Amino acid sequence: MKRLWFLIPLFAFFALAAILAVGLKRDPREVPSPLIDKPAPKFALTTLADPAKTIRLEDMRGKVWMLNVWASWCVACREEHPVLLEFSKKKVVPIYGLDYKDERADAQGWLARFGNPYDASLVDADGRVGIDFGVYGVPETFVIDGNGVIRLKHIGPLTPEVLADKIEPLLKKLDG
Amino acid sequence: MAERFRARSLAAALAVALLTATSLAAKEAAPEAADPALESRMTRITSELRCLVCQNQTIADSNAALAVDLRRETRELLSQGKSDTEVVDYMTARYGDFVLYRPPLKPTTALLWFGPAAMLLGGALVLVVVVRRRTRLAADAFEPDEYEDEK
Repeated sequence: MKRLWFLIPLFAFFALAAILAVGLKRDPREVPSPLIDKPAPKFALTTLADPAKTIRLEDMRGKVWMLNVWASWCVACREEHPVLLEFSKKKVVPIYGLDYKDERADAQGWLARFGNPYDASLVDADGRVGIDFGVYGVPETFVIDGNGVIRLKHIGPLTPEVLADKIEPLLKKLDG
Repeated sequence: MAERFRARSLAAALAVALLTATSLAAKEAAPEAADPALESRMTRITSELRCLVCQNQTIADSNAALAVDLRRETRELLSQGKSDTEVVDYMTARYGDFVLYRPPLKPTTALLWFGPAAMLLGGALVLVVVVRRRTRLAADAFEPDEYEDEK
């Protein structure tokens, strides 16, 4: 037994290397949100289509919905867009956009050019509602349940895998 | 002598140029709030908070759009009479403990706080044990190229 003691530093090294290797694989940009399972922040924002129409958080009560933060200046949103457009055709959940720190005209042009997956887009021109939602990297996607509680947050572009593995199972669970 | 004088005046000119450059740059980043006391409070609070876009910069340092917005929010909260802790709570409610450069002591952060000290103590302990054991060994145990358990 005593003969093997000299191996301890070697094992300690491997343990440390394993911990660091796992750390390297993790994405430091994906900060866990403290808002999961908390009530969504209140908002009252005008829609992109009609500046006279305001949508509030209270208006969304009673239904599960998805909030997708996007902007016409956001490159990754463009990458995400076809995925979201395809998903919206399935009509499994109402999708609302949060047009984050954008110009109304630019945003409208963007949707006209690439297609509109949103039931409505809310205009967050100064980014205040984005801050309340803890947004730090567009695009971000939230799933909010009928009680107005945030159930999921995805940072970065949606992919077919994320939709199939994370979002659709959650929607099924919330509906059932 | 003249050579040295020239070098000195060159250095002086350079220093003046640099100073003007930095003061020009400083003017560009002039505080947005009229109240300098509030501004310095804002800077003190935000220099303890991590910017989520440029994660190695503080919110006070960063020029990312989000950091600019968060400085504006901080200014606004302070001018509403909120305390420093209330501002920090506002940030952690939205972005989590991740924004704190000085994370709170919690079960999940215990390893972070005590890990280095524990490793240091562990190393010191091993050192003490090894040295003590060796002092008890006879002198002939230290023959060259011989392991201590082969004696």
